Amino acid sequence: MKNQTIFFKNNILVMDTATIVGPKEHEGPLGVYFDKDIEDDLLGQKTFEYAEIMLHTTVIKYLLNKTKLKQDDIDMCFCGDLMDGIIACNYAMRNFSIPFMGLFNACATFGEAVILGSVMLDSGHADRIICSTSSHFSTAERQFRNPLELGTQRTPLSQTTVTGAGATLLNKKFGKIAVECATIGRVIDYGVKDANDMGAAMAPAARETLLSHLEATGRSPSYYDLILTGDLGKAGSNLLRILMKEKGVILGDNYNDCGAMMFIGDQEKIGQGGSGPACVNVTFNGYVYKKMMSGELTKVLLIPTGALLSKISNLQGETIPSIAHAISFVRKAEFQ
Amino acid sequence: MEIFLTYLKVFLVGGLICVIGQLLINYTKMTSSRILVIFLLLGAFLETIGVYKYIEEFGKAGATVPILGFGSSLAKGAIKGALSEGFLGALRGGIESVAVGFAGVIVIAFIVGLLARPKTKQ
Amino acid sequence: MNEPNQEYLKLVRKTMPKTKHFSTLLRAFLVGGTICSIGQGINDIYTLVFKDMPKEDITAITLLTIIFITAVLTGFGVYDKIGAFGGAGSIIPITGFANAVVSPAMERKQEGIILGLCDNMFSVAGPVIVFGISSSVLVGIIALIFKSWFI
Repeated sequence: MKNQTIFFKNNILVMDTATIVGPKEHEGPLGVYFDKDIEDDLLGQKTFEYAEIMLHTTVIKYLLNKTKLKQDDIDMCFCGDLMDGIIACNYAMRNFSIPFMGLFNACATFGEAVILGSVMLDSGHADRIICSTSSHFSTAERQFRNPLELGTQRTPLSQTTVTGAGATLLNKKFGKIAVECATIGRVIDYGVKDANDMGAAMAPAARETLLSHLEATGRSPSYYDLILTGDLGKAGSNLLRILMKEKGVILGDNYNDCGAMMFIGDQEKIGQGGSGPACVNVTFNGYVYKKMMSGELTKVLLIPTGALLSKISNLQGETIPSIAHAISFVRKAEFQ
Repeated sequence: MEIFLTYLKVFLVGGLICVIGQLLINYTKMTSSRILVIFLLLGAFLETIGVYKYIEEFGKAGATVPILGFGSSLAKGAIKGALSEGFLGALRGGIESVAVGFAGVIVIAFIVGLLARPKTKQ
Repeated sequence: MNEPNQEYLKLVRKTMPKTKHFSTLLRAFLVGGTICSIGQGINDIYTLVFKDMPKEDITAITLLTIIFITAVLTGFGVYDKIGAFGGAGSIIPITGFANAVVSPAMERKQEGIILGLCDNMFSVAGPVIVFGISSSVLVGIIALIFKSWFI
C-alpha cells in the first residue's frame, strides 16, 4: 500500500491562530488557552444553525483583526464543519470575498484543511491561507441524535460535540511554528456499528495513520514532545494504546487525546469527552499553539480523526468508516 | 395505612416496569421509540390474554400510567368494539378508547411547540 | 476489505467502559415509581372531585393531566434533565410518550409550522401510534374470530 507522507520543501509557518469556544469548553481544563468564549451558545440568533454560522464568521474576522490583514491579503480559505451540506462554513463565507474551498472529513476536517493549505502554499500558488472549522453541540445533536428536549440518557460511550470554532493562518514568511510533514490517512472500517461509540470506530484509523507516519519518517513516538489524537475520547485513546502495543509501539506519557482533555465532569454528563471538528481545532489553535510559542513544546504530532458516518448510513445498518490524518508541527528554532 | 399501602403498590409496579425497560436499554442500547413500541405492544398483548386487568387491579396508576396502559386500553377498546359492533367496532374501538389521550397530546404538543423554544443541554 | 474485524470488535467489547447497571436501574425504579405515584395522586383527587364520573373517564383525564404537565415541563426545558437522570423511568410512563411528541415539535418549529413543527411532531413517537392502532385492529379481529374466548 502506498504511504502518502508529504515532506514540505518550503517553510510553511503558522502566522497566527484564533479560537472561540462555548461556555462548557471555557470551564474545561483548556479554558485559559482559548482566545474568546461565549456565554450564550445561541449568540442571540434565532436558530442554533445560525449561531454556528456566526461562530465561524466571527473567528475568521477575529483572526483577520488580530493579524491586521485585510480580506484581499488572504488568497484562499479551506473550511469545513459537521452540518449537512457544511452550511456553517458555506454561509459564513458569504460574508467574505475570499476564494473558498469547503471540506468535509467529519472531525478530521481540520487536518484535511491544514494539509491542503500547506500543499497549496508549498506549490507556490498562494501566500496566505486560512484553515478553519467549527462545530456546535446543539446543531450536531439535532442532526445526528435526538431533539434537544427529548429526555434520554447519555450512553457511557458517547461523546459531547464541542461548541466552538477555530482558524489558523498559514503563510511562508512569519511565525515560529512550521508544518513540517503530513501523512494522509486511508479510510479504515473495522466493523463498529454503534454510532455512540465513535472512539472505537476511529481508533484503528488513528493507528493506521500513526504507523505509516512513523514508518515514512523513521521516527519513534518518543521523537515527539506531544502526540495528540483528534477526538477518540478517554476510552478510545486507551484503545489506541492497546492497538499500538499489539504492533509493538508503546505510546508513553507524551500521548494524549483532544477529546479527553476538553471537559471536566463525570461520564454521565459528558460521556468520553469532546468530539466534532472544533475539538481538535481549538485544542491545537489554543492549547498547543500557545505551548509551542512559549517553547514548552517543540515537536508535536497532531492526528485529527473523523468518523465518516451519516444518520442515514447508520439507520441502514452500515458500519462506521473512519479516517485520520497526521501533521507534524515543529518550532522553527529547532527546524533546520 | 391503607392509602400508604396503595401508593407503595403503585410505586412498586410502576418502578418495576421501568426497571425492565432500563434493563432493555442497558443491554440492547435501544432508543426511546423502540422502547415505547415494545412496551405498548406488551400492554396490548397482556390485555388480550386477559392478564393486564389483574396487574391494574393491584398496581392502579402504576399500571395505567406506563405506556403499557395505553396498549391495554387500545386492546380493551378493540375487543369491546368487536364484540358489540362486529368488524367496524374492531376498527373503531381501539382508537376510541384512547381518543382523549391522542387528541390531548396532539393539541398540547402543537401549542407548546408554537410557544416554546429548545434549549441546549447543560 | 469491508469484512468486520471480529478480533477487534471482541477487544472493543472487552475494554470499553460498561453501563453502570445498579445506578441506572435504581434511578429508573425511583423516577418511574414517583411518576406513577403522582399519577395515582391526581387520580385520587379527581375521584374525590368528580364523584359521578366512571372509572375509565377518571383514568383518561388523569392521563391528560399528566400529559399536560409533561408538555409544560418539556417546554421549559426541565423534562430532558429528568430523562437524563431517570432513563427508562422517564420514557416508559405516558410522560415519556408526551415528551417524545412535544420535543420534536418544539425543535422543528424553526423550519416552519407546517413542514417543521407538524411534519416532525411524530418523528419519535410515530411508531407508537402506528403499532398501537395496528395492534388494536389486529386484537379486534382476533376478538371477532374467537368471540367465545373473550366473553
